[in-house]
Amino acid sequence: MASATGPALVADHLVKTYSGGRGKPSVRAVDDLGFVAETGTVFGLLGPNGAGKSTTMKILSTLARADAGSAYVAGIDVTRHPARVRRAIGFVAQKPVSDPNDTGIENLVLAGRLQGMSGRDAAARARELLDRFGLTEHASRQVKTYSGGMARKLDVAIGLMHRPQVLFLDEPTTGLDPEARAELWLELERMTTAENLTVLLTTHYLDEADRLADRLAIVDHGRVVAGGTPEELKNDLRGDAVVVELAGDADPFAGLTALQRVDGLREVGGDGRTLRARADSGAATLPLALSALEAAGVAVASATVARPSLDDVYLRHTGRTFTRAQESAELVLENAS
Amino acid sequence: MTSTTLASPRSLRRGGPTFVTHTALLTGRLLRAAWRMPVFLVMNLVQPIIWLLLFGQLFTSVVEIPGFSAGGSYLEYLTPGVVMMLALFGSAWSGTVYIQDMDRGVMDRFLTSPTNRASMIVSTLVYQSILAMVQSLIVVGIAFWTGARFEGGFSGMLLLLLGVVLLTAVFCSLSNAVALLARDQTALIGISQLITLPLMFLSSAIMNTKLSPEWVRNIAAYNPFEWAVVIGREALSAHPDWASLWGHAGLLAALAVVMAAWATSAFRVYQRSA
Repeated sequence: MASATGPALVADHLVKTYSGGRGKPSVRAVDDLGFVAETGTVFGLLGPNGAGKSTTMKILSTLARADAGSAYVAGIDVTRHPARVRRAIGFVAQKPVSDPNDTGIENLVLAGRLQGMSGRDAAARARELLDRFGLTEHASRQVKTYSGGMARKLDVAIGLMHRPQVLFLDEPTTGLDPEARAELWLELERMTTAENLTVLLTTHYLDEADRLADRLAIVDHGRVVAGGTPEELKNDLRGDAVVVELAGDADPFAGLTALQRVDGLREVGGDGRTLRARADSGAATLPLALSALEAAGVAVASATVARPSLDDVYLRHTGRTFTRAQESAELVLENAS
Repeated sequence: MTSTTLASPRSLRRGGPTFVTHTALLTGRLLRAAWRMPVFLVMNLVQPIIWLLLFGQLFTSVVEIPGFSAGGSYLEYLTPGVVMMLALFGSAWSGTVYIQDMDRGVMDRFLTSPTNRASMIVSTLVYQSILAMVQSLIVVGIAFWTGARFEGGFSGMLLLLLGVVLLTAVFCSLSNAVALLARDQTALIGISQLITLPLMFLSSAIMNTKLSPEWVRNIAAYNPFEWAVVIGREALSAHPDWASLWGHAGLLAALAVVMAAWATSAFRVYQRSA
């Protein structure tokens, strides 16, 4: 079987342009985008709104057609055999995919039967998934009575009904409160081990990509600007961040001077009583920094060493901080509507 | 791989059985929603019933105008017109289901699954037809209760319902196609406001077109709503004009097939711009 040998997802030089409508210039949502995701892994597309993540997902899931380039899902060409791709995938859109008037179990059984499962198989699988996602006691309630977190878990369960080879998760936790997000992350981690499937995840949450994705592609303006495991991406940035918070009566200037003399600390800077620097090994350098401050008579309130975050990675590859990119994308969206 | 062997044997079935199964599954989903919210079924009945009772009373003497030649009371003349009216009004809103599915991710989920496209259209036709048939029986029941008598009998009722189903198929498809192309509820309000009332007045639903200006009569001949009214009126009459009844049923059926095909092809347009 071809799908067992090759990678689960291949996107190659994809291009997709949308016409802007009367008089407006057309928008190139995806611009020569490519990546490969191995079978059994979680592959994350990370980028701000409007970066082209959702469009890429629509092309791979047969919802939209690329203007140029090719894509394979489970070894199947999406342009030539969309019907075969549709049997191999589960799709959880950015918006809820359940019918609010149906109950949880009705939604699941309908999804399974539309995928060709018998009534009995679908009912058994639905009960299994309800149990796994902790929804059994809500199975016979209409989805419109569900909380946001419950409804999102049901969405994922709907996508898993027919045991797809590839599951698409478009912004799975957007709009959820922090508690529900954390809970869904836990479920998603469990799911990927239990189902042995390949997941394509889009997200604009850095912490979500960091936590769930085995490999990542950072997408900006329709292109992949960086790729690798979250660790690799962060290791490309040299060194850890060292942050020292000075006590109220300490002299920041004296602190800065003291830190600049410490071996192994680079890019020393300050913002009020917060001093920042980079070090190849933060853990080894921090004691040296603290004793230098003590020798200079500068009192310290707290000190932390942090691994570089994906935010730093994003800044490095796009020249913008993630928050800034997100804000400008939202501004564009508002102006467009 | 377990993931494929479990799903494939049944899912590889294509064509006929898939179409029938999927249509049944999707119709069931719509009927469940209607069963849980019967208020819509009732709301769609209010207006036709008011027309039936109010006009039936107001214009009782219309039948006495020379040339009207209804051969019965005005209420009896009006009833098939009101039945087709409720079928028209109800089906014009059919696309609302699609708008709701598009506002959520339900439509995208169906389109990325093997769900049969034609089933997605036909299930709404079957669903609206069932609603319209139930409502038709209620309206005919009310007309009977207020004194109307229909000579067509049981077979006449069945033919009336045939007209209801064909008319529903035409306008459901139109509504669905508009929903898929415009993706906006206001577009549906547009068709139901702009199209339904003129179609009704350019027909013999409330007034015999023999008494209308000639241009109205000419337009009515091409009005699919009028075709349905003719089917209904002939079906309920004592001596139906069978040629006219089946001729109009044939026209309406042909139009329904064309419209349903157009609505199905609208999925491709929706997907191209997705």
